[in-house]
Amino acid sequence: MKKIYLDYAATTPVDKEVSRKIEVFSEDKFGNPSSLHSFGQEALFAMDHSREVVADFLNCKRKEVYFLSSATEANNLAVFGVLKKRNDPHVIASPIEHKAVLEPIKRSGASFDHLPVSSDGIVKKEKLKELIRENTVLVSIGYANSEIGTLQPLKEISEIIREENKKRKEKIIFHTDAVQAANYLSCDVQSLGVDLLTISGHKMYGPKGAAALFIKEGVDVSPIIYGASQEKGLRPGTENVYAIAGLAAAIEVLDKNDNERTEELRDRIVRGVLSELPDAKVNGSMKDRLPNNINFTFKGAEGESIMIALDREGVAVSTGSACASNSLSPSHVLLSLGLSHEEAHGSIRVSLGRFTTKEEVDFFIEKLPSIVNKLRMISGK
Amino acid sequence: MKNKGYYSEETMKRFLNPEHFGEMKDANGVGKVGNPRCGDEMTVYIKVEEGIIKKASFQTWGCAAAIATSDVVCEMVKGKHVKEALSLTEKEMVEKLKKLPALKVHCASLAIKGLKEAIDDYGKEGK
Ligand code: FES
Repeated sequence: MKKIYLDYAATTPVDKEVSRKIEVFSEDKFGNPSSLHSFGQEALFAMDHSREVVADFLNCKRKEVYFLSSATEANNLAVFGVLKKRNDPHVIASPIEHKAVLEPIKRSGASFDHLPVSSDGIVKKEKLKELIRENTVLVSIGYANSEIGTLQPLKEISEIIREENKKRKEKIIFHTDAVQAANYLSCDVQSLGVDLLTISGHKMYGPKGAAALFIKEGVDVSPIIYGASQEKGLRPGTENVYAIAGLAAAIEVLDKNDNERTEELRDRIVRGVLSELPDAKVNGSMKDRLPNNINFTFKGAEGESIMIALDREGVAVSTGSACASNSLSPSHVLLSLGLSHEEAHGSIRVSLGRFTTKEEVDFFIEKLPSIVNKLRMISGK
Repeated sequence: MKNKGYYSEETMKRFLNPEHFGEMKDANGVGKVGNPRCGDEMTVYIKVEEGIIKKASFQTWGCAAAIATSDVVCEMVKGKHVKEALSLTEKEMVEKLKKLPALKVHCASLAIKGLKEAIDDYGKEGK
């Protein structure tokens, strides 16, 4: 059976070119970048090169790039690292942020306000001003949502924060999780106007185990783990040179992504599915959206069972249904858009990627309706 | 044991081709239950004659495990006396499906609950 992967938002395969470039770091150039001998210096050179590539990508200085093990770690550093020295801090984030942002905020003990989102999954930027308090220290808004692919108006938000900061001694820090966006959108931190930005290697055709956090020069971030002086002491621990070089190599071949082609495939799926299942609903704005993301809700068919039945046909997607989550609660993102539990129950996310073909998309469009209809027969709904 | 798939083959077979689904017009016991944990819904229909469950069917809006366990319940109680059917346990169902992910055992419980409600309903009406 041919297997079709339509879950690129979960993780991507490593691009062959990336694999080829970095294989040298596993057996051959395996040194510890902190060692002064030639083995170590080889690895250090790779670290420097990687930092340069990421800095170019983000349009920032090399010293503003910090490497870590995952986006979750980067987001934890962004949140805890900024809040650590503050007294009674206040944080603003949208309710549709990734758990790797929301959980650290909740656990930090900071007071916390949601910047609300509209029913199409875009934050209401006009509400930001009234949420900002004297003790607000951090605003975190993801660039593109991982479940519904909606794009947030980062530039406008940073403009509002900049205005506000003019009046302040203690500046508000603006963080964005750009993990899902990095494949398709410019991550130029100057034009976005962010102070902190997270990207992750394994979402952009690099290996798992490396992420980068941009920290604007002058922004005070404290370490959250302690050890030796790697990453200027902000992220101690021997560097994962292999994965970090992989993140950089992935950026070097990023232009292989074809936004237009991906968007066409995305729209082909939407059209194809809606023509067979006219009562299906697309969650999130179709206008301000990643070219590779679709999120559907089907009445009377539950998402986990749709996913499992598709998997049996070789097609991999994901779902926001409670039945597929370890906590048995539905996607907080879908609920935040105002979907009922029932609607979240019948949701699936389809995310396309660099290697998705028209044939694969058509196979999915062909298989899905009969699966949904059969499940509707079983549910009697 | 190595994990080869999330669900056992047995569960997959039941889920993809359940034999007992559908509303039963001449049922004389109906149990409708909802899963407070994940929000799915299940209805179990039974047709009882002289204490014996002649047929059983279900309608389930839930995960693959919920559908598979509903189907198993209906199959297992067919031909049984209602009293006997009441003693059906989760464990027996899981055995029938070879294995069930730990997270999904509550779906089997729901199927049993649906059956019990159906039997209750049958008894209540003195049908
Ligand atoms: S029906 Fe929700 S987990 Fe089984």
